[in-house]
Amino acid sequence: MSDLRGGRYDAIVVGAGHNGLVCAAYLAKAGRKVLVLERRHQVGGATTTEEIHPGFKFSCCSYVVSLLRPWIIRDLELPRHGYEVLPLEATLTPFPDGRYLLRDSDPERTRRSIAQFSPRDAEVYKRFGQQMAELGRLIKPLIDQPAPDPLSRDPRELLRIARLGKQIRGEGDAWLFANVKMMTMSAVDFLSEWFECEQLIAPMAISGIIGTFLGIRSPGTAYVLLHHYMGEIDGSFRAWGLPKGGTGAIAQAIASSARALGVEIRTEAPVAHLLMQNGRAAGVVLANGDEIRARAVISGLDPHRTFLHLVGEEHLDPEIAQQVRRFKMRGSSGKVNLALDALPELTCRPDYGPHLQGGITIAPSIDYLERAYDDAKYGAFSRQPFMDVLIPSLTDPTVAPPGKHVMSIFVQYAPYHLKEGAADWPNQREAFGDAVIDTLSEYMPNLKSLILHRQVLTPWDLEQIYGLTEGNIFHGELSLEQLAFLRPMAGWSRYRTPVRNLWMCASGTHPGGGIMGVPGALCAQAMLGKRAV
Amino acid sequence: MPIPTPFHERTQPLCISYRWKDWAGYCAVCSFDTSHEREYFAFRESAGLLDATPLYKYEVSGPDAAALLGRMMVRDVTKLKVGRVAYSCWCDDDGKVIDDGTVSRLAADHFRVTAADPTLHWLQALSRGLDVELEDSSARLAALALQGPTSRAILRDAGIDEIDSLKFFGVTRGTIRGIPVWISRTGYTGDLGYEVWVEREAAVDVWDALMAAGGRHGIEPAGLDALDVARIEAGFVLLGVDYFSSQKVVLESRKSTPLELGFGWMVDLERGNFIGRDAIAAEQKRGSIWQLVGLEVSWVELEQLYASFNLPPSLPATARRDALPVYDEAGHQVGQATSHTWSPLLKKYLALASVRRGFEAKGTKLQIEHTVEYERRKVTATVAPIPFFDPERKRKP
Repeated sequence: MSDLRGGRYDAIVVGAGHNGLVCAAYLAKAGRKVLVLERRHQVGGATTTEEIHPGFKFSCCSYVVSLLRPWIIRDLELPRHGYEVLPLEATLTPFPDGRYLLRDSDPERTRRSIAQFSPRDAEVYKRFGQQMAELGRLIKPLIDQPAPDPLSRDPRELLRIARLGKQIRGEGDAWLFANVKMMTMSAVDFLSEWFECEQLIAPMAISGIIGTFLGIRSPGTAYVLLHHYMGEIDGSFRAWGLPKGGTGAIAQAIASSARALGVEIRTEAPVAHLLMQNGRAAGVVLANGDEIRARAVISGLDPHRTFLHLVGEEHLDPEIAQQVRRFKMRGSSGKVNLALDALPELTCRPDYGPHLQGGITIAPSIDYLERAYDDAKYGAFSRQPFMDVLIPSLTDPTVAPPGKHVMSIFVQYAPYHLKEGAADWPNQREAFGDAVIDTLSEYMPNLKSLILHRQVLTPWDLEQIYGLTEGNIFHGELSLEQLAFLRPMAGWSRYRTPVRNLWMCASGTHPGGGIMGVPGALCAQAMLGKRAV
Repeated sequence: MPIPTPFHERTQPLCISYRWKDWAGYCAVCSFDTSHEREYFAFRESAGLLDATPLYKYEVSGPDAAALLGRMMVRDVTKLKVGRVAYSCWCDDDGKVIDDGTVSRLAADHFRVTAADPTLHWLQALSRGLDVELEDSSARLAALALQGPTSRAILRDAGIDEIDSLKFFGVTRGTIRGIPVWISRTGYTGDLGYEVWVEREAAVDVWDALMAAGGRHGIEPAGLDALDVARIEAGFVLLGVDYFSSQKVVLESRKSTPLELGFGWMVDLERGNFIGRDAIAAEQKRGSIWQLVGLEVSWVELEQLYASFNLPPSLPATARRDALPVYDEAGHQVGQATSHTWSPLLKKYLALASVRRGFEAKGTKLQIEHTVEYERRKVTATVAPIPFFDPERKRKP
């Protein structure tokens, strides 16, 4: 069987997203010969910086970094390969009445800002952060390890789960209650147990819905809030950061590290499908017909793409195919990226200052956000969407010409499935862009006059350009029923797949989406542990 | 009580943190905002503007100016060309360092010396019998450090046409809004950067001009906290922190030599006599007792240490100057770390330390004290080359 197992490569990674690159780097570090194949002209997948307008570099898709694990940064020596993260501390929430809420790294300033809406909430805010950090600290180890698998009969696994149970009991009842609440409640209900003013609850609740097709009043959204208290950049100091040179620079750093470790990366090398032999993956077939063999193939694509396109349903157990189709993708967000001639002026605070260097959150009230969800539920983009706005060029001048700026606008909701059908997105793209700019202009009246170029990415575009099925930015919703041992499906959470010699290493596996690198690293570790390469 | 610098009317309203400290008798901003972080990143990503007026400055002129400084400095500044700057230290007769600073040759017979401590008495003592004129220009001249990758573009936009031809450690005249200034491509951040020297009466106008020109290049007023992080990354020692002036200390053991501080590259023993030459020559034969090194503290061990207390790792937010003992692997103290900081850029906990001979080789594993919850523990610190951070843009034409 040596012709099956042999070949020039130990492993082929399909897709040079950040997880695929991390996986390849770890395998190469262990001495394996790895080939990465990328369909596009550059590496990174959705971790990408592109000069869409001359002189302006957009982080087209993902735009902040928080959860890229310090141990991965160290193992792959990313700072040496150009990885640099700049601080992103403040969150400014402007309100239609001209007031604003500013939360930043200065606790007293934050307290005073909240106190204008509720002196009580201002006091509670800090305690809430401490409690969440405490909860997050116990959950955090889980994201650095393969998901605990209660379906396993392996005694080592059962021991691990028992230890986890013991640890949880050791935390006491209050901890358990808080966790059960978080797993079942909506973000708004959970936050309302702590806070009274919705000027605070609304912008805080949005972290529960980003990238999901849920509303802030939907049960289960409270849990996702925790993720915001788990971010770490410098060890564990801070939540979110801005990658220098855009998120694409992270992919470049990982690729550079991978190449230094001996990984071969080919761009503009689209894979048509797996090379199947005797029901096993034996390599890949490129779009140009070339066959490349390897001992193992690793998919950096989402579960839908991996099984329904790369493998093909004809090679799948119908039960498995059914499970894959049930895995919810349904993208709900879009991106609008702007090249600006100058800084826009905020009505609520027209001066130039550090408040502009953080995120500007358009989430003025709970009802506003719920109405935005209402539009989406019935197959339309939000007329008045939630927006997370960033001006990275203020902190990192390398992404725009002097005096000019780039603005990144994350927009939710933009449902993939329009009532007219997903294929109608090209007809609605500019109307969607207009809705975003019109809404934002209510807070930044001179915005329209400053726009030099506008890039609108609908979920349909994200699928077409970046291969994100249904435009889901996390390779599948980060809702409770699709996390941990259920990601991407029960029984297959350990990066293995029902197809022999095919592995998965991207956001569709545990612990999920975001520029984290963990799925890639854990996949490599699992493969090396099982001697699959 | 410290007095305001000529830039005070501009810096004071911007300093919303009210965090000031005494720098050579002047009020100097620690950080404008409550955290110095944005100011630090301005030094590294755009440009930080720092009031450096409190630096001591001396004009040395006359036919024997070069001879005087040739005798005083361990580095041969007599060969310095007009328009060039040299960084040097100076010693007492025993070869112990008094101070360090820059020497700029503004004209064939005109030098400007900067120093951390008052130095007029020393210049005067050395000038006896020489045809030189000395001026303490510390109060007359205001100084601004403009440091960071966009600093050149800012000075270009401010009308300094000479800026693109100004080489690393070069100095030139220029005008900003018609005001004559000196600009040197020097600084204390280890990055691309410049220092602007101006008569105090015109200081505020130059500040305004640079802030205006810097608006489109991300200029930020910056304070000493940000500078302290940057200078440790750049591996620059600080008088009174990493070493002490031989003229100020009581104990002989507190004094340092150029070789111990890593200034050996400045010393040219072959040229004529200079103060401290014989002692340095003897030390070179005998070998130095101490050596200044860079240390990288193991983050993995720090994490484990804090985890054993059920805590996430936490470090001081600013650079620290409380000296920490450094041990060898057997637990014997072999030195002390005198400055340490978390490097937000390199994602490493860095220290400048003096260690005994034999422990200075790159890669040597040492231990540094670290206190968690009132308990003093040790974590591994590895000797690393300094500068820790040395971007190409610093010296690029």
